[in-house]
Amino acid sequence: MMEHLLEVNNLEVKFKLRTGELTAIDNVGFTLDKGERLGIVGESGAGKSVTGFSIINLISKPGYISGGEIMFEGKDLTRVSEDVLRHIRGNRISMIFQDPMMTLNPVFTIGEQMAETILAHKNISRKDALEISVEKLRQVHIPSPETRLNQYPHEFSGGMRQRIVIAISLLLDPAIIIADEPTTALDVTIQAEIMELLLELCEKNDTGMILITHDLGVVSQVTEKIAVMYAGRIVEIGSTENIVANPLHPYTKGLIKALPGSRGTGEKLYQIPGSMPNLTEMPKGCAFHPRCELAEGECFSKVPELIQRGNFRRLAACHKF
Amino acid sequence: MHRENRLVTINKLVKKFDISGGFLDQLKIENKKIVRKKTFVHAVNDVSFTVNKGEILSVVGESGCGKSTLARVVVGLYSPWSGEIFYKDKRIDNLDGSQMLSYRKKMQMIFQDPYASLNPRMTVKKTLEEPLRFHEPSISNSEIEEKVLYVMEQVGVNPKWADRYPHEFSGGQRQRVSIARALMVDPEFIVADEPISALDVSIQAQILNLLMDARDNFGLTYMLITHDLSVVEHISTRVCVMYLGTVCEIAPVRNIFSNPLHPYTQALLSAIPKPGVKKKEHIKLKGEVPTPIVLPTGCVFHTRCLYADERCRREIPKPLSYDNGESFVACHGVEEKRI
Repeated sequence: MMEHLLEVNNLEVKFKLRTGELTAIDNVGFTLDKGERLGIVGESGAGKSVTGFSIINLISKPGYISGGEIMFEGKDLTRVSEDVLRHIRGNRISMIFQDPMMTLNPVFTIGEQMAETILAHKNISRKDALEISVEKLRQVHIPSPETRLNQYPHEFSGGMRQRIVIAISLLLDPAIIIADEPTTALDVTIQAEIMELLLELCEKNDTGMILITHDLGVVSQVTEKIAVMYAGRIVEIGSTENIVANPLHPYTKGLIKALPGSRGTGEKLYQIPGSMPNLTEMPKGCAFHPRCELAEGECFSKVPELIQRGNFRRLAACHKF
Repeated sequence: MHRENRLVTINKLVKKFDISGGFLDQLKIENKKIVRKKTFVHAVNDVSFTVNKGEILSVVGESGCGKSTLARVVVGLYSPWSGEIFYKDKRIDNLDGSQMLSYRKKMQMIFQDPYASLNPRMTVKKTLEEPLRFHEPSISNSEIEEKVLYVMEQVGVNPKWADRYPHEFSGGQRQRVSIARALMVDPEFIVADEPISALDVSIQAQILNLLMDARDNFGLTYMLITHDLSVVEHISTRVCVMYLGTVCEIAPVRNIFSNPLHPYTQALLSAIPKPGVKKKEHIKLKGEVPTPIVLPTGCVFHTRCLYADERCRREIPKPLSYDNGESFVACHGVEEKRI
């Protein structure tokens, strides 16, 4: 069997609280191949960002990875030293965050920030580092990059800033980019440009991407595979086409049916009743059962396993299939 | 459309914000002379349209295009710089506070963030009682109580929770409470400023359904401010597209989505990502939105428009109306039939 670029198995992340331990991520597993694009979809609090952060072990206290493995280039990232991790972050696996103003340091010029990233990982001269930076800025279509390099983040618009963040994440030609809601803070016309740019660059460099978002529309345009998360678990994973056209899990079905545009204008939208449970008060059995129309019997007592369903290469966690 | 169908009409509305700062900040040197200059943000420029009874008029545009400012001017939270606002046939933008009261009761607003728009120190019951006690001081306590429970039930909040505080509710429930607050005084016209964009995807559909139910049950008219075009397509009757404080195009929702005329509308619509639809070519606009402090000359959109020519750079396009004045588009290209 071909080895995957990234393989996450049985990942579990817990947070230590005064009142006890809270399981934020429970038994999450997926794979990513070279150049493949995976979307992680879910509502806020579903654990999609924590999943993304845990891949490069950015979980800060009181959270910690309590179980499972993250295999990347022959190493288990949950077990390697901080030094090895530091070599991987930003170099082999880089991250793009939601708000570019928070990601960029307001008191350094773009050039300084870009050169810093390169010099942290490569033993080259500052001049060469700046040259690479200019090249990358050109790739993300920033006009006159040589002069822009000496400007500060506040001198750029939101869309430009996000392009710069993308340029920084690409500086060292990473194998994987983890993009956490990269376009949520941006307008639709800018969002379309940024997504197109990300897609173009990933395709050109054969970079793998994990796109974390709540927007099914964005995900279905860019990714090949989707994992749907609910209350800290993956409830369904499979190819983007199959999931959007033929969702299996009642939660995924609900999400797609609830989108405006799925029904005729002015008709009532399908709605999933209730809201996602708080992690401190997780229901017994399937976490979705209080909102599920089909719930009965073992849904109330037994957590469903994520197993293959149907003819497609697809996994879903539901008793009522 | 007949005149009596008009609920709210705005005419040549302008709203500017003075950001010049103190006297010394306003002084500039020009031709070796000291001159005093004021700086303005031109948030809404010469906007005119009508909201008809029973319709849902959506105002769409990117952030910073002045749609929220427009909403606030219409309900009277900001006073207009110039222009007129009519409620039915009565001009209301020049009324004083006490004359305005009866219109404030008829026009209510729902805000974007239900975490910020509810007072954390007031229980749901208090929050809902307040507008009614203010507008109708003569009403008895038992009647108020009855109304609170009725409205809570209508918006799907369990009346048993009337004594709880906002922090005890989820985002979706809070938005229901703020919709309930707007409904307490039996309004006719509701301005909803991004009512679902702070909510989770599975909750958005619930709130949209609630807004549509409330329209049917209470006979409401909405002006809906949003940037989410799929929501607009689903619930609105007519759509008003704004760019940089100016209205580009107003048309019934079907026409906007099937046959957008203005180049900005076309670009905006082509940018919507839809699940199940593989990436299609979207129309790429040049550059970024200019600042509303120094507006471009001529058509405000010309700096990003693919079809702009000399006339667009020079002359502000006049709204070209069709469909009995129900729709209009402001574009030289459309007028000259080259787009």
